[in-house]
Amino acid sequence: MSARAEFLLRLADTSLILAQQLGAWVGHAPAIEEDLGLANVALDLLGQARLLLTYAGELEGRGRTEDALAFLRDPEEYRNLALAERPNGDFAQTIVRQFLLDAYQHELFGALTSSSDARLAAIAANAARETRYHVRYSGGWVVRLGDGTEDSHARVARALSALWPYTAELFDPDPLDESMAREGVAPPLADLEPGWRAAVGTVLSEARLELPPTAAYRWYGKRGEHGETLGHLLAEMQYLQRAYPGATW
Amino acid sequence: MSATLTGAAEALARARATLETVLDPEIPALNVYELGLIRFVDASDHRARVGVTPTYTGCPASAFIRRAIEEALRADGFQEVEVIEVLTPPWSSADLTPTGRRKLEAYGIAPPAGRRANRDPRGSPRRCPRCHGADLECVSEFGSTPCKALYRCRACGEPFDYFKCL
Repeated sequence: MSARAEFLLRLADTSLILAQQLGAWVGHAPAIEEDLGLANVALDLLGQARLLLTYAGELEGRGRTEDALAFLRDPEEYRNLALAERPNGDFAQTIVRQFLLDAYQHELFGALTSSSDARLAAIAANAARETRYHVRYSGGWVVRLGDGTEDSHARVARALSALWPYTAELFDPDPLDESMAREGVAPPLADLEPGWRAAVGTVLSEARLELPPTAAYRWYGKRGEHGETLGHLLAEMQYLQRAYPGATW
Repeated sequence: MSATLTGAAEALARARATLETVLDPEIPALNVYELGLIRFVDASDHRARVGVTPTYTGCPASAFIRRAIEEALRADGFQEVEVIEVLTPPWSSADLTPTGRRKLEAYGIAPPAGRRANRDPRGSPRRCPRCHGADLECVSEFGSTPCKALYRCRACGEPFDYFKCL
């Protein structure tokens, strides 16, 4: 698989895994509005993933479709950020995970609209506008929970300290990120950090939450290093195509 | 040559007339032109090529609409039909035509309004589509489809959908 296709998988898989995670809230969210909200965000993420996977499959040139890439890859072939695969936990944990990644995608897709790859730029332009809603939604909930009751504050603070270590990967470039930046396909990851920190910092201070310290250990989901939660998630997501290959509606 | 041109113009007019009959499955009051989904149409006597933009990337109606366009054109005698997804420029709620906006409100959905500032990217409805009251409250930022938010009119008490700015 070419470097560019591999890079597209990183973008696609983060959106796809998040979509699948949010989908698990349907019918379980604390209120009907949140059921709708999480499902709508999931749908946007799934749409982004489909466009990106289709493009990755075409670049690869081995005839793999979006479905083949989504349903027939094993966990170690997935390239999502480790943060995306952290479990849903309670509503606070889902919201914090979503907010940290929404704010990241907001910076990332915004920058990718000027990618030297015209097709990626077009996909990013569509995704960037949807992502504005996502940040607004998840950020709004971080504030409501953080600045809410003692219990909601404690839960959102716990989620933040549990998830924060996984954010180091977001801005830590590896050789693939660096080569994409050299080709002008993607921005240097370090360029995204100030905007992300500012956006996250504003919301956290409104939510009366402290920025946790940077973690010493780093996870690299984008290189295919995953925890066991991804295996469980994919087992559920891929079951039908694995058990009945080629099944359609 | 003039005969060919006339033939092409007729085919184009026929294709466009056919497209006007293709409605949005979720908002069946509006056709694909009124929604601003058609980016281009090329047609000769038996061939048609149509460029369609999706609204939201994940909107399930997009694939349905592309298929409906293909079926309608085939039924109208175009043997070779190509429906192409066009991502650039991205669809915007500003692409709704004035007729589309009017039909949307008559159907009970408040058309998109307001500035697309970062603080409030979705804008807010100007008035209740039923009683035209202006005292409105947002019930949910997300509605039954990605493109809508849910509002309530404090004057008539009715909930209604608002078509968000994008």
